[in-house]
Amino acid sequence: MSAFLLNRLLQSIVLLVIVSIIGFTVLNLMPGGPLAQFGLDPGMTQKDVERLAAQLGLNRPLWMQYLDWAWRLLQGDWGHSFRDGSSVLTVIGRHLLATLLLMGTSTAFAIGVGAWIGIRGATHRYSLFDYCATVGAMVALSVPTFWFGLIGIYIFTLKLGWVPAGNMYTIGDGSILDYLHHLILPSLVLSLVHVAIWSRYMRTATLDALSQDFVKTARAKGVSERRILLKHVIGNALLPMITLAGMQLPSILTGALVTETVFTWPGMGRLFLDSLGYSDYPVVMGLLIFSAILVLLGNLIADIVIATVDPRIRLA
Amino acid sequence: MSQPPMEEWHVERQIVDLSKKRGKAKNRRRGSQQDGRTKLEREDVPMASGEPAAAPADVALSVRELSVSLPQGMERAYAIENVSFDLKRGQILCIIGESGSGKSVTANAIMGLLPKVIRVTSGAINLNGTNIVGLAREKLRSLRGRVVSMIFQDPLSALNPLMTVGAQIEEVMVAHDVGTPASRRSRAIDLLIEVGLPDPQLMYHQYPFRLSGGQRQRVMIAMALALEPAILIADEPTTALDVTTQAQILQLIRDIQRRKGMSVMFITHDFGVVAEIADHVVVMEKGHCVEQGSAAQVLKSPGHLYTRRLIAAVPHLTGKDRIPSEAGERASILKVECLAKTYRSGSALFRTQRIVPAVNGVSFDLTSGRTLGVVGESGSGKSSLGRLLIKLMECDGGSILFEGRDIAGLSEAEFRPLRPKIQMIFQDPFASLNPRSTVGQILTVGPVAHGMPYDEACERARELLSHVGLDAGAFERYPHEFSGGQRQRVGIARALMFKPKLLIADEAVSALDVSIQAQILKLLDQIQRETGVSMIFITHDLRVASQICDEIAVMHRGQIVERGPPSQIFLDPKSTYTRELVAAIPGEQPLSMPEHAEYGGHHKGGETL
Repeated sequence: MSAFLLNRLLQSIVLLVIVSIIGFTVLNLMPGGPLAQFGLDPGMTQKDVERLAAQLGLNRPLWMQYLDWAWRLLQGDWGHSFRDGSSVLTVIGRHLLATLLLMGTSTAFAIGVGAWIGIRGATHRYSLFDYCATVGAMVALSVPTFWFGLIGIYIFTLKLGWVPAGNMYTIGDGSILDYLHHLILPSLVLSLVHVAIWSRYMRTATLDALSQDFVKTARAKGVSERRILLKHVIGNALLPMITLAGMQLPSILTGALVTETVFTWPGMGRLFLDSLGYSDYPVVMGLLIFSAILVLLGNLIADIVIATVDPRIRLA
Repeated sequence: MSQPPMEEWHVERQIVDLSKKRGKAKNRRRGSQQDGRTKLEREDVPMASGEPAAAPADVALSVRELSVSLPQGMERAYAIENVSFDLKRGQILCIIGESGSGKSVTANAIMGLLPKVIRVTSGAINLNGTNIVGLAREKLRSLRGRVVSMIFQDPLSALNPLMTVGAQIEEVMVAHDVGTPASRRSRAIDLLIEVGLPDPQLMYHQYPFRLSGGQRQRVMIAMALALEPAILIADEPTTALDVTTQAQILQLIRDIQRRKGMSVMFITHDFGVVAEIADHVVVMEKGHCVEQGSAAQVLKSPGHLYTRRLIAAVPHLTGKDRIPSEAGERASILKVECLAKTYRSGSALFRTQRIVPAVNGVSFDLTSGRTLGVVGESGSGKSSLGRLLIKLMECDGGSILFEGRDIAGLSEAEFRPLRPKIQMIFQDPFASLNPRSTVGQILTVGPVAHGMPYDEACERARELLSHVGLDAGAFERYPHEFSGGQRQRVGIARALMFKPKLLIADEAVSALDVSIQAQILKLLDQIQRETGVSMIFITHDLRVASQICDEIAVMHRGQIVERGPPSQIFLDPKSTYTRELVAAIPGEQPLSMPEHAEYGGHHKGGETL
């Protein structure tokens, strides 16, 4: 196991280096650049811009900028935002909790409800429930999230007035109830797609497990259907789901671009979009590395969990 | 989106098979089926009717006029129809038939495990005097595992990979609320001892993947015995096992049955197994019970034509050597020297490497028009050898002289022009043909890729299809429209498209029913005599090898332990391992079997089916 972990760690480092090089290059190849916005500013002369570039180190060759950035990163310095000069980690930290709240709620909801729908769809295959779940999943997957978001705001905010249209809290209130009130609509909209994905995968995995010979063995032993489902089917069906959950982990922390924008939710997704708009390269690079680490971590955790629960992998 | 449940799928496959066997005759048959059956039963099934409904005291299980319907749109309306038989207390009843004969459906009906779409329509299943047809689900459940137990064909998939062996045995007792956790545990350990598993304490905590196929089947048996059921149903429990393991498991079932006075219903397609174990035999064909009687009676003087055909099709050790085809020039085709292949897994860097020598210093030679049989148990390295010879895998050492040229070290690009000369026939006729290609495409794609004009390839394909016994219409059809035997014919035709010098048949008949097996062996024999192709016939079945091979090499742990003509291997084996293998063949008392089993053009007028 330790050999496996060490191996994976080495792989991850190599991958991170590659991702950061590609990200850095692509970012800097984009036309404009961080100083382009000053070009139109009548208060800035060409000389001012050049001075600023020298100050920020942007006049050096690209590879030198990259090495400098990477070296600082290794020392724990993620750089400073061009926008307000605060450190990148602080900026990320400011948005992380909001995203964690939104994504955590909706993912937990999606996994729970999706798994339930999937298992029930498999055990009651071709029933009315199963058909409705299948059609529902198709609709949720094919309609874009922003449409659901806007329709949700139209119905539940404008027409019914049940929930607020956006933001995370009412300025001046900020009680837990107020937070939850704001959380309902965006997290529901966000979970729609994930419920659809999870229910489809779970249905397939459950059907797969149900058709295994050991289920027939259990029936031949006189085990009740309920116990078969709990003891034999769900465990085996969840194994492939662990990988899927590992792939979901990064998105819990990196946020949802569209939903956060529609609901003006101050999370990581919106931070990314805003930083890109302002050409705030240090923050964009920081977010890129952050999510790359999370992706690798998510996969690693999934592998470790599988190895722990599946004896064939644990002991082999 | 995914596979249908196991049972449904299995029945479907059987039905597909059936429909192909019946082929064009289906409409005619549908009309006359009723008459034909009643006639059969009157003549051949003396016990079929007129029995009192209440079974006598010495009958553990009595099946009366049982019919099970299939969903609409299937080839036949009934999976089984009017099947009647008795399982006497303390006896072993064998139900024998080919795939699609309805034997598994019968077993599942008795267990109450039929899938929802398949229903018992009429008849009775009397278990200790109670009719269990139509019994409430919960009542049926309480019988399963307690009064009737079942073991299955494939021990590799029949155990839950995520539960320990001990927990799975205990589950039978938990399901029926028997005992306390402590008493269940000691019972489970006792059972592990009873079925002869080594180190039961350790075994109790082991996960199934650590066990061999034979060991897992022993666990299945332990599980089935946990509550001392009156009846054990064994659905082809040894079919997936090696011949020596099969002999051990048969012995175990026999022993336990005697010790406990249990009644066993044993489902098989192998008359060798029947001869080994049965007290009583029921022969099934296409959902009907065509003959039944004591084992001696059915084996010695089979009454029904179908039974005779089945018995005749069973390959037997001939002990005689094959008469080689007309002496032409005997050119050396293949000469293998000190061939070696070692599997390495894990990582050398972290010292977790496992090294398995799969093929270890194998040498043999083969001349044109001859067949070398490679026999051995699973894990003996016989399939690895086959893959090395066709260069699907690089070898680690030694040489392979094909027509005098060493191909062992050739790169893929260098070997490619030689590929057409060495062709392979695969084991699983269901998996080895692309389901989305027509038979015509399957046959022509290879030769066209090697530069044969398309028209010529098509012409040759049609020629070969008729040669292997398929009609010309097969060219346009898809693999799923054919039965297993017919697909294997397609596989053979595919291999012959290139006019190969060497055919490697890897377990080419293992997945087929015995009667189909005999036909395919005959076809291969005929093809060899016509084309002079050399063959390497890899099989785990010594009986099959004895039918078709000029020479047999016995492999054990990556090495050839003995090589010689069939007469030597079977009648006068030199190595201990070969002796063990030969002794383990079911139903084979050397030289005592009547000479009805021979087939093949040059063994003198064999049975044709």
